[in-house]
Amino acid sequence: MKCQYCDRTATLHITELVDGKATELHLCKEHAQEYLTQADAGGTPSIGAPSALSQHLTVGNTEEDLKRLDQKVCPVCGISFYEFRNSGRLGCPNDYECFQQELEGLLLNIHGETKHVGKRPSSGAPDLSSHTQVIQMRRQLTEAVSEENYELASQLRDEIRDLQAAFRRQRSGGGQDEGADAGQ
Amino acid sequence: MVRGDLPISDLLRIDFVDISDLAQTSGEWLRGGGPESDIVISSRIRLARNLAEYPFVNQAGPIERHEIENTLKDAISGISGNKLEYFSVDEFSPLDRQFLVERQLISREHAESEGARGVAIDPSERVSLMVNEEDHLRIQVMHSGLDLESAWKEISRIDDEIEKQVTYAFDDRLGYLTACPTNAGTGLRVSVMLHLPAVALTEQVEKIFRSLQKISVAVRGLYGEGSQPAGDFYQISNQITLGRDETNLIDTVADVVPTIIEYERKAREYLQEEKKEVLHDRISRAYGILRNAQTITSEETMHYLSRVRMGINMGLIKDLRIPTVNELFIYTQPAHLQKLSGSEMNSANRNIERARYLREHLDGSGSDNGGSTGGSGNGGSLA
Repeated sequence: MKCQYCDRTATLHITELVDGKATELHLCKEHAQEYLTQADAGGTPSIGAPSALSQHLTVGNTEEDLKRLDQKVCPVCGISFYEFRNSGRLGCPNDYECFQQELEGLLLNIHGETKHVGKRPSSGAPDLSSHTQVIQMRRQLTEAVSEENYELASQLRDEIRDLQAAFRRQRSGGGQDEGADAGQ
Repeated sequence: MVRGDLPISDLLRIDFVDISDLAQTSGEWLRGGGPESDIVISSRIRLARNLAEYPFVNQAGPIERHEIENTLKDAISGISGNKLEYFSVDEFSPLDRQFLVERQLISREHAESEGARGVAIDPSERVSLMVNEEDHLRIQVMHSGLDLESAWKEISRIDDEIEKQVTYAFDDRLGYLTACPTNAGTGLRVSVMLHLPAVALTEQVEKIFRSLQKISVAVRGLYGEGSQPAGDFYQISNQITLGRDETNLIDTVADVVPTIIEYERKAREYLQEEKKEVLHDRISRAYGILRNAQTITSEETMHYLSRVRMGINMGLIKDLRIPTVNELFIYTQPAHLQKLSGSEMNSANRNIERARYLREHLDGSGSDNGGSTGGSGNGGSLA
């Protein structure tokens, strides 16, 4: 396994407990030394799941690059890359697409691979963008309601309902959405 | 088997909901059957899944959380092979949530979070499905002993049945998409829970686990991530979820289990041959304390029960059975004790109640120890 900060082999593997949460660290000799020095100095070592990611991203990126990365926002769920870096949790399936470049190195560090092998849905991969579109529309709907734009809200609600009905038809009809509903 | 003297039906009567189906048995994994069950307590597999048309749980608003819950509740009710009952975790008291955590049916995170969320459980407690945990759906199958192959078959079938009814967030290249990138790909976590008292006594734990980490296998305590290895229980699991198929990931964990079992057996042999008197003494004292203490903490109980469990497996204690000890590990946990006694208690009172409960259930005249040699007295009956 590679060190999570560089390309060297990880020789030290640590499970760190912070507030009852375990974080796994895989470090090469040099980064391990840095980590242990910080721990010895009495400070909280600045390495944890989210911060490990931020450290990883500093490699080869200037401060300006990072600022730019942090401001990137997923149009579907609205989370920024900065929020992901802090929480370690993505906001929606579209984040994998939206932050693809940024996540690639992280996935490689965690798993050593970036391509899925194994089980797949029997009906194949869904059309993710049309599904995540509904997530975005629900967000727009909430906004429209808070802005008292009821005309837009009602239009969005109908569109969401139509899309969801189409998804259901696809599921029951194996993709032949028009035909599956014809007899209803 | 459920012991006749335990009011399990009451134990599982969770406030306003009577999970009567669950009450017919204690968790299958506690019964101590299954291959290598003197050392391997349970084999657990979980799958993380999300619905494609909703944000991940941390970004979902209250309405979306309800919709996710309803969609998955419907899908779960459509599973044909298992008799699952759904409970809304949000409506449970903190004590009942803790009870489910101790029973290994929900995670600590699921107990402590807020908002619409739930769990579906089958009567054998072999299958549980958490809704709106970190991911929309966490399917868990737990079998007794070392039994990963059939656990995988069962969980994969459940996954297939749900997948027929919903659209999972799945990407051609990255596989199943999860809230945390550490679970992406297969969404699979394989955990084998091991009881390693002799390895611990001979101070080999660190050595073994350091070598495991080199092959991407993680070690955790009884209650998963972040928990301490109380009672000499250790869970080993895969760290990687992407880039290898499920069978390969299961094998990664399964392949190291025989080696660890061998370490434990060798350590027990060593103790029996080289440290016989000390070992007998420690086990006898542990049994004696558990049968006589007037107040005892959960940690102390786990510590001594671990020794007693080893004593039974090594033939040094003959009037007690493994399932009884396995159950005592769980039933002496704080929430179980309070459910059993029917009242909420502070820590000091729990310690008194725990000691009373242990005396009652480890008493040589107790009805639970089939084949009892009727051992009594301070030291417990040893071979």
